[in-house]
Amino acid sequence: MSVPILKQGDYLIATIQSALSDSGVLELRDDLAQRVGKLRSRGIIIDVAALDVIDSFVARSLRTIALTAQLRGARTVIVGIQPDVAVAMVQFQLDLAPLETALDLEEALALLDQSRRTAGARER
Amino acid sequence: MDGETAQVASAPLQAPEIDPSLLRELVSHLREESAQLREEWVKRIVDARLLGVMSADEVYSEATAVYDNYVDALETGSVESLQAYARDLSERIIQRGVETHEVLGIVLLLRDVLARSLFRRYQAEPDLLTRVLDSYEPAANRIAVTVGVSFVEERERIIREQQAAIRELSTPVLQVRDRLLILPIIGVLDTQRARQLTEQLLSSIQANRAKVVVIDITGVVTIDLTVANHLVQTVKAVRLMGATAIITGLSSSIAQTLVDLGVDVSMIRSVGDLQGGLEEAERLLEEAAVVFDDPPGPAAA
Repeated sequence: MSVPILKQGDYLIATIQSALSDSGVLELRDDLAQRVGKLRSRGIIIDVAALDVIDSFVARSLRTIALTAQLRGARTVIVGIQPDVAVAMVQFQLDLAPLETALDLEEALALLDQSRRTAGARER
Repeated sequence: MDGETAQVASAPLQAPEIDPSLLRELVSHLREESAQLREEWVKRIVDARLLGVMSADEVYSEATAVYDNYVDALETGSVESLQAYARDLSERIIQRGVETHEVLGIVLLLRDVLARSLFRRYQAEPDLLTRVLDSYEPAANRIAVTVGVSFVEERERIIREQQAAIRELSTPVLQVRDRLLILPIIGVLDTQRARQLTEQLLSSIQANRAKVVVIDITGVVTIDLTVANHLVQTVKAVRLMGATAIITGLSSSIAQTLVDLGVDVSMIRSVGDLQGGLEEAERLLEEAAVVFDDPPGPAAA
C-alpha cells in the first residue's frame, strides 16, 4: 500500500498508515524526493503515529528519506512517535539522529516555520 | 554457649527432650520466686542501659508480661503464644526505636537471671542441678531464638510494608504551565520504578502536549549503572516524542558516579537546581513561542 502524501503550503505531509515493506519504503523515498523538487517544498513531515513498532529497518529508512530530502533542499521532521514505541526504540538503541522529532503535526509545522524564519533572518 | 544457640537456631521448632517432673518443679520454683526474679531482671535491664526509650514503669509492666509468658513457654514447651506475644510486643516497641540488640540482650538477661536462681536453689545437689540445667537450657535457648526471630521478622515485615508504600506512591508528573512539566523524583530509584516513571512521563507528554520536561532528582540519594542508563534512555525517549528533557538536582556524588560509570552524558541537558531548570525551560519555551507570536506563515495559516 502506498503512503499518501499531502501538500500543505511549502511542506509535504506523509502519513504512514501501516507497517512499511521494503518496496514501500523505497517508493515513499522516491515519491518524496520527486515531489520535493516538483512542488519546491522546503519541509517534509512524516507522521508515524499509526506505527506500533519502529524497528531498525524503519529507523534506517526514515534516515535515508531524510538525507535524500535534505539533498533536495527540504528538512524532515518525524511526528507522532508513541510513548511505548519511544521506550522500545531507546532500549534497542535505535537513534533517529540527525532527524528531528515533534509531538504532532502542529508542532512539526511550528518547528519548520521557526527554522525557516531563523534562516531568513540570517539571510537578511 | 554460642555453639549451643546456633544448634538450636538451626532447628528452632524441634521440641527438646525434657524430663516432665523436673520441668514442673523448675517452673513452680520460678513462679514462687517470680516477684523477686522480675525485680532482679528489671534492675539488670536498667543497669545494662537497655530499653532507654521506655520509662521504668513501662519496662516493669512489659517485664512482668514477658516473664509470665516465658515461664508458661517453659512449662508447656510450646512457643506459639510467646511467639504471638513477641510479635505484638515487637510491633509496639519497634516504633519506639528499640533495637535488635536490646531485645536479644533482654531475653538473654532473663535467661541468665533464671539460671542463676536455679543455681542458688540447687547448688547443694550437683547432680540434680545438672539435670535441671539440662532441662532448662535447651528450652530457654529455644525461647530466646523465638523472641529474637519474631522481633526481626516483625521488623522485616514493617520494612517490606514501607517499601511497598514508597513504591506505590506514584511519582507525580506536574504541569507547571502550558507545555512545561515537572517530574520530581524522590527516594530510591530501582529498575522497575524507573521504567514506570518513564512510561508515565511519556504519556503525560502526549496528553499535555508538553515541550519541555524538568526531571528533578534532588531527592535521589544514589544511582547505579542500570538506573543511570535508564535515565539516559528516558531523556532520549523524551527527545523522540519531540520534547526536551532537562535534568536538575544532580548531586556532586551522583554526577561523579555517572562519569565514573562511563554513562554517555553528552546528550543530557543538566542544570544545577530546580530553579535554574525552570528558568532554562522558560527560555526554551519562549524560543519556541516566537513562532506562534509572529504573523502566521503561509504553511501555518
